[in-house]
Amino acid sequence: MAIVRDIMPAFELFQPATTDDAVGLLAKYGRDAWVMGGGLDTFDWLKDRIKRPSVVVDLSQVNDLTGIRPMGGGLEIGALTTLTEIVRNPVVKEKFGLLHQAAELVASPQIRNQGTIGGNVSQDARCWYYRGGWKCYRAGGNICFADTPSAINREHAILDADRCVAVNPSDTAPALIALEAQMVIRNRKGERVVEAEDYFIGPATDITRMTILKPGDLLTAIRIPDKWAGATFYFEKVRDRQVWDFPLVNVASAAVYSGGNIERIRIAVNGVAAHPVRLKAVEDAVRGKPRNAATADMAGQLAIQGAEPLRYNGYKVPLLRNLVKRSIRGVEEATWAS
Amino acid sequence: MADNDFPEGTPKGWSRRDVIKGVIAAGAVSSAGYLFRSSVVRADVSAPGSVERLITLNVNGQQRRVDVMKQETLATTLRYKLGLTGTKLGCDRSECGACTVLIDDVPHYSCSMLTHTARGKKIVTIEGLASAEGKLHPVQQGVVEEQGFQCAFCMSGFIMATVGFLKVNPNPTRTELAHGISGNLCRCQDYDKILTAMMRGAELSRRA
Ligand SMILES: Cc1cc2nc3c(=O)[nH]c(=O)nc-3n(C[C@H](O)[C@H](O)[C@H](O)COP(=O)(O)OP(=O)(O)OC[C@H]3O[C@@H](n4cnc5c(N)ncnc54)[C@H](O)[C@@H]3O)c2cc1C
Ligand code: FES
Ligand code: FES
Repeated sequence: MAIVRDIMPAFELFQPATTDDAVGLLAKYGRDAWVMGGGLDTFDWLKDRIKRPSVVVDLSQVNDLTGIRPMGGGLEIGALTTLTEIVRNPVVKEKFGLLHQAAELVASPQIRNQGTIGGNVSQDARCWYYRGGWKCYRAGGNICFADTPSAINREHAILDADRCVAVNPSDTAPALIALEAQMVIRNRKGERVVEAEDYFIGPATDITRMTILKPGDLLTAIRIPDKWAGATFYFEKVRDRQVWDFPLVNVASAAVYSGGNIERIRIAVNGVAAHPVRLKAVEDAVRGKPRNAATADMAGQLAIQGAEPLRYNGYKVPLLRNLVKRSIRGVEEATWAS
Repeated sequence: MADNDFPEGTPKGWSRRDVIKGVIAAGAVSSAGYLFRSSVVRADVSAPGSVERLITLNVNGQQRRVDVMKQETLATTLRYKLGLTGTKLGCDRSECGACTVLIDDVPHYSCSMLTHTARGKKIVTIEGLASAEGKLHPVQQGVVEEQGFQCAFCMSGFIMATVGFLKVNPNPTRTELAHGISGNLCRCQDYDKILTAMMRGAELSRRA
């Protein structure tokens, strides 16, 4: 339980007005600098004194990082755009409803009013051992406290664990992967664009990071191509309380059907591994197949292959299977109403 | 001793509230000394984006000069520096809504925003809702008419969240309003009656 403890320890605060200045500050202070969007992941770390950056670069005054603009047939969303702005944007709703649904299901209204899409995809793991300051693998130590015989690990990973069993908690990440979004990253040396799928990394790549971002890197925008505009979407998030709570498991799929068959499909899930997982094997297996219960069952079974539950998270295996099933068969049930 | 033993408007007089506020402010200052030690990295104060400690905030329509630490949250500034204790601190972790204020008409958790981030923006707290003549805001009036709260610790947060939601959605159904103010918790579990009061506030707002 959080304890209200006076005020955060001191840090130096910068509020640059342009992307260039922000990138310059990040280059200058390197590892000492912490990037802050809405701050909703940041403040817990600082208040709890688990992370103690000496410099915070608050992006809130950088106007060129906000807003949703048309690009090609798709959209470019500034990294600092709030989740509420995304939820309210008519083009997102009409053409890329998957992202609309995912963003609307994040946390609470006030958090969506301030939390940015850049922060949402870059947020850290929510494992309470790690966030409680225990010196685990992810924190540079040599043990995973969530993977011991007496550990409480109901929320932890069933797939792809490598020493650390924490999961990626983002709701928008799987939607962006399904939509084939691209992440635009800048640092002092220039700009690069990576596929959303490759933005997220697991412990096998680097156990201390959730994304490919390194000190000095700034995520400036997320591009949504027109490839899946107007496709049939399915997003479902299962959580304990219907507000605030992170996904136990979520699923995002984008599909184009023709004549009752699955012409193309992309499916990604989160809450099951340290990175959002694109289910490529499932996509390959169902492509060209009729959209029916048999195909959906097959997809669900395939999705859980290789799942290795811990002591308290076995329920995630059937949950993942059923969500993937529904993402193919149960699209009508998912029609989300505000 | 009741509050009105010392009417708040008494010129040069100290109300009980003022004495309490003074004590709170002094306590906050004296116990916070260790926070002022400089951070490890020597900051270049002329760098682009460096910030001042003495800033002006637009709170409830007034320009307020205030000395703010860089790591200070808006809730701390409002409560302990500006004496606006109507904004409550429940969790200090974005998990309860008691600290909700409006920033440029949008509800935010003031426990989870740096005061510096709110510079140049229009901040409205529960103290700023009533008119200068003391006429309650329609949503406050809704509470007077329907009650709805028990201990009312959560009340200012609920009212601010509702006022903000109504600016975007002035004619909500009960379900829409419930969704709109779902970022606020009530420890007394009085949700149904709170919703009734807030719906009444919505109705009064439309008539106002
Ligand atoms: C109580 C609570 C409940 C929540 N529930 C959910 C939920 O249900 N689903 C969900 O998905 N999320 C949830 N969240 C997380 C919340 O949605 C995210 O923390 C929020 O979207 C992050 O955005 P931010 O801008 O506030 O992040 P910040 O705290 O500003 O940033 C988060 C991280 O990203 C980095 N970062 C931010 N912007 C950039 C950038 N442009 N370039 C490089 N790095 C950057 C920061 O350095 C930091 O490490 C919850 C958070 C809280 C506090
Ligand atoms: S005190 Fe800010 S949300 Fe609880
Ligand atoms: S009335 Fe007591 S917390 Fe809501």
